[in-house]
Amino acid sequence: MNVAKTLDATGLACPMPIVKTKKAMKELEAGEILEIHATDQGAKSDLTAWAKSGGHELLQNEEDNGVFKFWIKKGE
Amino acid sequence: MTVKNMTIKEVTNKVLNNEELFLLDVRTEDAHQDWKIEGENFSYLNVPYFDLLDGVEEIADQLPKEKEIAVVCAKGGSSQMVAEMLVEEGFENVYSVEGGMKAWSEHLEPVKVNDLKDGGALYQFVRIGKGCLSYMVVSNGEAAVIDSTRMTDVYVEFAKELGVKITNVFDTHLHADHISGGRKIAEQTGAVYWLPPEDAGEVTFDYKPLRDGDHVTVGSTNIDIHALYSPGHTKGSTSFIVDDQYLMTGDILFIDSIGRPDLAGKADDWVMDLRETLYTRYKELSDELIVLPAHFMIMDELNEDGTVAAKLGTLFEKNHGLNIDDQDEFRKMVTENLPPQPNAYQEIRETNMGKISPDNEDQREMEIGPNRCAVR
Repeated sequence: MNVAKTLDATGLACPMPIVKTKKAMKELEAGEILEIHATDQGAKSDLTAWAKSGGHELLQNEEDNGVFKFWIKKGE
Repeated sequence: MTVKNMTIKEVTNKVLNNEELFLLDVRTEDAHQDWKIEGENFSYLNVPYFDLLDGVEEIADQLPKEKEIAVVCAKGGSSQMVAEMLVEEGFENVYSVEGGMKAWSEHLEPVKVNDLKDGGALYQFVRIGKGCLSYMVVSNGEAAVIDSTRMTDVYVEFAKELGVKITNVFDTHLHADHISGGRKIAEQTGAVYWLPPEDAGEVTFDYKPLRDGDHVTVGSTNIDIHALYSPGHTKGSTSFIVDDQYLMTGDILFIDSIGRPDLAGKADDWVMDLRETLYTRYKELSDELIVLPAHFMIMDELNEDGTVAAKLGTLFEKNHGLNIDDQDEFRKMVTENLPPQPNAYQEIRETNMGKISPDNEDQREMEIGPNRCAVR
């Protein structure tokens, strides 16, 4: 996957992972992919819902040793 | 800028006193639909916090100016952010619910049910956010805990304050909706941990098997806990008759509903067990027994004093689940159109068997949501 930017939001509690994701996403062009790492348990449902409401596409997510990883493609 | 917090204890009091409160729930729509803080006179607006990052102007006209507004989220972080934004927007009566739904899920409110003979007492611990009920029977320096939650400190501290020693810990069955604190309390206090053996086939730790007809005495004054085998929700489900006055029904019979037989995977097999327990075994008991269940589903099931309790005779009259004459209709009711299963119920069962040992944070996540152990 061609990742344009990686955001480390590990150790941050809600709402910071989304606040940072939103900011990082602003700097990307439509179609580019942002990779996000987070440890907050709520990040999964929140990022999924946020991506949907913002018109972005959650391409993939996985858990690796307590770290949740997300790949979100910026919408038009 | 600092924002005023509203504690869960304060929210609980508003629920119990039927006070008004405007709740701005900033979790996702799904989370709000699934589970929220319910109050008779509460009103709600649900807008996810991530839709408010650029400002709260858009929802300002949907919020009351004169009423108290409590902002709630999953853990209390986002609600604080949104509450701050509202204060900046000119709202004065705004609070952030401290600890959010996590704290709501974990809050236990101890309520005295009644005095027992010879100076003993019976307490009900109302886990208001999740609808779980647990109990402490106290008599002459000793205490027994029944169906405890994983917030074990609450019981241990409570016993300490009363100056009594926890000597016996019971689970009426292997729970699927919440993580039992029974084993931990027993380890901590040296109490005996009792489980019905039919539910404990796969457990990985030592326990004392609880069988039909067993009597356990709390204190020296003979507060008697009498085990009554009552399968149906699980194969091993056991009820207790305490002090000849109280019937602890576990997840078999609730105030306004009955237990569901499917959470351990054997709905079809256990339907007739459930029917026999409700329609035969319980029928043989005194109508005067006060039923104390392990759950409530709706706030209407709470009495005015905050307890969840009703006479068995009253339930035989009013509880729909006890008044279905036709066996097939009964089977249909408890096996079809069941509510969704509780969150992570398989993992919760495995935790209660000792097969897996998730950390505190994971246990908290597993218990998110309502209990959903009943059919109505």
